[in-house]
Amino acid sequence: MSDNQFYESFEELQLTRNDLDSKELVLNMGPQHPSTHGVLRVILKLDGEKVNGLECVIGYLHRGIEKVAESRTWAQFAPFVDRLDYTAAVANNFGYCLAVEKLLGLEIPKRAQYLRVILTELARIASHQVWLGTHVLDIGAVTPLFYAFRDRETILNVFEKYCGARLTTHSFRIGGCRWDAYEGFSREVLGICDDLGPRIHEYANLITGNRIWLQRTKNVGYISAADCLSYGITGPVLRASGVGLDLRKAQPYSSYEDFEFDIPTGANCDTFDRYMVRIEEMRQSIRIIRQAVEGLPEGPIIARVPKVIKPPVGEVYVSTEAPKGELGYFLVSDGTAQPYRMRVRPPSFINLQALEKMAKGGLVADVVAIIGTLDIVLGEVDR
Amino acid sequence: MKSILGYLHSNVTPGEAGNLFWVAVYVVLVFAGVSIGVIFMNWFERKVMAHMQVRIGPMRVGPHGLLQPIADALKLIIKEDLMPANADKVVFWFAPVCVVMTAFCTFIVVPFGRTHAITDMNIGVLFMLGVSSLGVLGVIMAGWASNSHYPLMGSLRSGAQMVSYEVAMCMSVVSAVMMTSMATGTGTLSMIGIVQAQMQQRTWFAFSFFPVGLVALSVFSIAMVAETNRAPFDLPEAESELVAGFLTEYSGFRWSLFFLAEYTGMMAVSSIATTLWLGGWLRPFPNLLGGRNWDLAFSLVPGLTFLALAAFCFFFYRRMPQIRSMRASAIGLAAFGCVLGLLGIIMLLPGVRERVQDIYWFISKVGFFMYLYVWGRTTFPRYRFDQLMTIGWKVLFPISLAVVILTALIGVRQELFALVWR
Repeated sequence: MSDNQFYESFEELQLTRNDLDSKELVLNMGPQHPSTHGVLRVILKLDGEKVNGLECVIGYLHRGIEKVAESRTWAQFAPFVDRLDYTAAVANNFGYCLAVEKLLGLEIPKRAQYLRVILTELARIASHQVWLGTHVLDIGAVTPLFYAFRDRETILNVFEKYCGARLTTHSFRIGGCRWDAYEGFSREVLGICDDLGPRIHEYANLITGNRIWLQRTKNVGYISAADCLSYGITGPVLRASGVGLDLRKAQPYSSYEDFEFDIPTGANCDTFDRYMVRIEEMRQSIRIIRQAVEGLPEGPIIARVPKVIKPPVGEVYVSTEAPKGELGYFLVSDGTAQPYRMRVRPPSFINLQALEKMAKGGLVADVVAIIGTLDIVLGEVDR
Repeated sequence: MKSILGYLHSNVTPGEAGNLFWVAVYVVLVFAGVSIGVIFMNWFERKVMAHMQVRIGPMRVGPHGLLQPIADALKLIIKEDLMPANADKVVFWFAPVCVVMTAFCTFIVVPFGRTHAITDMNIGVLFMLGVSSLGVLGVIMAGWASNSHYPLMGSLRSGAQMVSYEVAMCMSVVSAVMMTSMATGTGTLSMIGIVQAQMQQRTWFAFSFFPVGLVALSVFSIAMVAETNRAPFDLPEAESELVAGFLTEYSGFRWSLFFLAEYTGMMAVSSIATTLWLGGWLRPFPNLLGGRNWDLAFSLVPGLTFLALAAFCFFFYRRMPQIRSMRASAIGLAAFGCVLGLLGIIMLLPGVRERVQDIYWFISKVGFFMYLYVWGRTTFPRYRFDQLMTIGWKVLFPISLAVVILTALIGVRQELFALVWR
């Protein structure tokens, strides 16, 4: 064999070896996958277990809700927003009603404001319980899921008694509430508050100190406060990065200024801090509910609203602190009975952007943990 | 005929006696027993998990869901046998067979009692570890043959995991094997020999060289969870990441073979742990509470346990609602109680009770480990792959090495003492 031949075959060998080495494994995760929380599809580029890159594919649950708004009257559209973040339907309804009321310039009776706060905070707890159960399940612990869902049941029972529905409640109307608190409402809600304190302590006892849990969540999915702000991330994810922005405090709406509560923040910007922030938020929600129930004023529950709602020409943007982050509604009215344009600023959709940044360089198991910690709901991402 | 009946009075396993008829009988008995054990474990795991998770678990098929595993098995058998179009057909077919074969083969040397084993080998422990680690081949074959990404990743994880935890596992086994040489001066790898050594040394190896034996047992019991791919080390089939790992493309009967192999493997490693550290078939306190009366008292325990279970069944039979739709299951429960009671009475008979109690103690000790498996599964989150490797190589392996060295040092010191003192 001449030298030339030898080098040629050697080069060939090199080439095939490089080919083998450089092959990335492209793994399609979802839209049917146990832990993508619905129909999120993630295309992972893997080097062994390491994530070199990923791409989110969304739209599998797109229903065109924003377009639907243009062919419904203002009041008819309200039930649709329940289908955005279906784990906390009340919070969506709340934001939409506030936006339309601002457009109309309505003054909402105090009792209705308090009722709205109570129900929304209950929904926040329920939403966080769903998050807790599924997030912990994604990381491999089965049991907390059942505990969280058992306690969520008590909250759903209150919704059922209040308005007849458990999940997509449509409990608020433009101008106030449709129903007054039922007989024994205060007692039942206060009872839930009494129960939930120890129960939340129980979840935390099961999970917080667990060494495996700490190893799986500490320093996983790091995202700095600056990155959060540049991505527009809000909610618990932002607060866990050390920015204490909570719209309930920053621009109080619906009498939130009457209640005393703290904004829990984290410092390490990791999955564990986001867990701690959400656990603490449940406790703070209980505090708010307690104050609201005890101070529930008497009076009408709905303002005087015309039968056919025709807001004046104009546009309005109202944002509220939903369980997942800042939920905003941008409404344009052309003076008719139907919105001219409706646009939702969904917290899940915007928080999901950070997935790539947080998961890159981690392992496959971290991707699952990060999807869980972002607490996305695909109904809201896709709309 | 004479040799068949003559064996009944012998004191060795059929394999050692060279009695092929009884070997065949024992093979069938062990196979059936292990299969029933798997069926029972399926029900037991679901029930225990359910009660830990504020649920009630299977309740519909049979009284308290007792027949649920059988219904599930039937469903799996009559399911369509799916094979992916691009799968490597032969390997895909052979993988579950390989896994099940290796899992059952380990039971050849498991001593349920002095005479209750298919055979005794002078390399029994080695044989068990060797054959059970062959199971990983089947897992890798399954992942490869499925020709799909999730199974491939699952089987690669599983291969890496099983191989690395075997090291720590074997090291802790070495420490127990070294202990066998203490009283007699000659060590043994034979499963029966190891239990007899514990009898001679008047202790279970878990408690000898305190706390070295306990540490070795702990290392082994952590490594065995990883070895059998159970939570919190169930990465190869991590549901939330890899859907079902190497099982993703399997369904129906093939899937149930993997299931069978998994539980058989759990029982196999649990019986290694029982034999090596918890005195195998020996009853509790053989030396402390010796004597004829204590022997009699302990030999009554198996029968009494079954009678208690029967009483339990009758108690719940009485508590069942007296309605028509529940009648079949109520009668079933009572019949089950009758069977258990009959078994209990048979086990109380002299002649039977001495031979049966070995099996009873062995199975209860294995059952203890099985309960730990279930308990761990409901309690822990799952480790990540790199953390799993860290624990295997950087924590368990050094500890098990230290255990081996410590065992050797303590053993030599004790021998020296004995020599000088004499």
